Amino acid sequence: MSAEFDSHPTSIKDARVLQVRDLFVRFQKNEGTFAAVDGISFSIERGETLGLIGESGCGKTTTALSLLRLLPPDARVSGRVELSGQDLLALPERALARVRGSQIAMVFHDPLTALNPVLRVGAQIAEGLRAHRALDRRSARASTLELLRRVGLAAENADRHPHQLSGGMRQRALIAMAVACGPTILVADEPTSALDPVVQAEIVVLLRSLQRERGIALLVATHDLAFAARLCDRLAVLYAGRIVEHAGATELLARPRHPYTAGLLRSLPPPLGAGSDAPLEPVAGSAPPPWALPSGCRFRDRCPRAQEDCAGHDPELVGIGGREVACFHPLEAS
Amino acid sequence: MLDRISFTLQPGEMLGIVGESGSGKSTLARAVLRLLEPARGRLRFRGRDLPALPERELRAVRREMQIVFQDPGSSLDPRMTVASIVAEPLAVHRLERRSRREESALRLLRAVELGPELLHRYPHELSGGQAQRVALARALATEPALLVLDEALSALDVSLQAQMANLLRNLQRSLAIACLFISHDLRLAAYLCNRIGVLSRGALVEIGRPAALVSDPRHPSTRALVAATRA
Repeated sequence: MSAEFDSHPTSIKDARVLQVRDLFVRFQKNEGTFAAVDGISFSIERGETLGLIGESGCGKTTTALSLLRLLPPDARVSGRVELSGQDLLALPERALARVRGSQIAMVFHDPLTALNPVLRVGAQIAEGLRAHRALDRRSARASTLELLRRVGLAAENADRHPHQLSGGMRQRALIAMAVACGPTILVADEPTSALDPVVQAEIVVLLRSLQRERGIALLVATHDLAFAARLCDRLAVLYAGRIVEHAGATELLARPRHPYTAGLLRSLPPPLGAGSDAPLEPVAGSAPPPWALPSGCRFRDRCPRAQEDCAGHDPELVGIGGREVACFHPLEAS
Repeated sequence: MLDRISFTLQPGEMLGIVGESGSGKSTLARAVLRLLEPARGRLRFRGRDLPALPERELRAVRREMQIVFQDPGSSLDPRMTVASIVAEPLAVHRLERRSRREESALRLLRAVELGPELLHRYPHELSGGQAQRVALARALATEPALLVLDEALSALDVSLQAQMANLLRNLQRSLAIACLFISHDLRLAAYLCNRIGVLSRGALVEIGRPAALVSDPRHPSTRALVAATRA
């Protein structure tokens, strides 16, 4: 995917919008302290889309929410989250409130609960514009209508309430709200899980065109591999709070090297028209909860390639052949 | 909401119903089980005309049709143990003596590949995948001739979904149950089903074998769905 930037980055540092280093999110429960996110690092450049993929409980949503400090108060977050050079985790509340919405914005997964049911859609979009850009009512209204047009919604939707819009339209309204104040990065948590495939495809088109036009970076947390394949440039596969494989999207899907990635892909039904009738090959069992991790590699109890040394240490993410894999016995590069 | 839909379902057949949101898929599921009253039309189950049946006889027919919903969280009674949940249809339809119910519950759990350790657990102690299997076990308790799956796999993660899909396939084939598989996931429906019907705005616009529908979609709604799934 080639992105048209409205200004060329003068250095690698300029191109990098978000850099996450050694992110941990810990919770205190009766059983003790456990980590939902257990040491994650990644970066995203201007106009680029990174997908955090994995199944329930892997830590992808917790990671996404932690970037904007939207986790509940009992979450203990540590590490560095650098947005264009400033560490979001170290910002005082007031400074963070200015950054949220205007530099980094969230697209939540269920528009029906993310939108205020008693406010008209236009008013909700305008609210952000007036808060971050100090626009007067008339300018905010004009910008709102322009935003609605840009996301493919007719102007009259500004005066409707969320429940009067379809699921796809609500998601478009959420996207309008998110891009309203010109953020450099959007964080989307399962943005299409409530939508049918036709609407989902339209949202992919919309997001990509907004990215091309404005150079916005995008971080998407999703369990929908097909959706991630369509939208993302790179994919990071999460398992039990860690990244186990990180590669270009096409590469990862065509030639997975971590056994879990391969297992996920084999769990999918065959592509349309493939006509295969063989049973699906799901990964056996289910992921261990954070307070009951096996020794060594977290995946070894479910891994068809597990060997003795896998019980000893938890493998680090290492670079091999243009990607990163955390495995002592990765699949061969074909 | 549903407009003159006609189709037949044979024993042992899995018929997929796909379509966009709001196309009427869930309405159809409920209408077939007569959880909703159709305004007009014929609904024949095993040769008997359903809308004409008096309530008492309908109850007998009801145990031959069962449904599994998308969200086990709302379909499993949180105050009941797994054993009670799974054996409840047997109690309701008076199909077995109380003393035999735990045995039946075990048998049903085994059929959905769950072990006896879950018998005395409550729904909140189950994972999403386990809860959905319990819902399926309950649906199979009365040995129904028709099983309606209303987005039953849609909320499951990829590997759980695959496990359930394999389980469904095996059960359906070994028990020769007729299944109505309602889903927005065309890829999964194409893999599991013998035929697929496409709903659009309450109407059944196309119906046929998955291979044919996918290679040569006729109706614009089908084409849109195939293109979006393929993209």
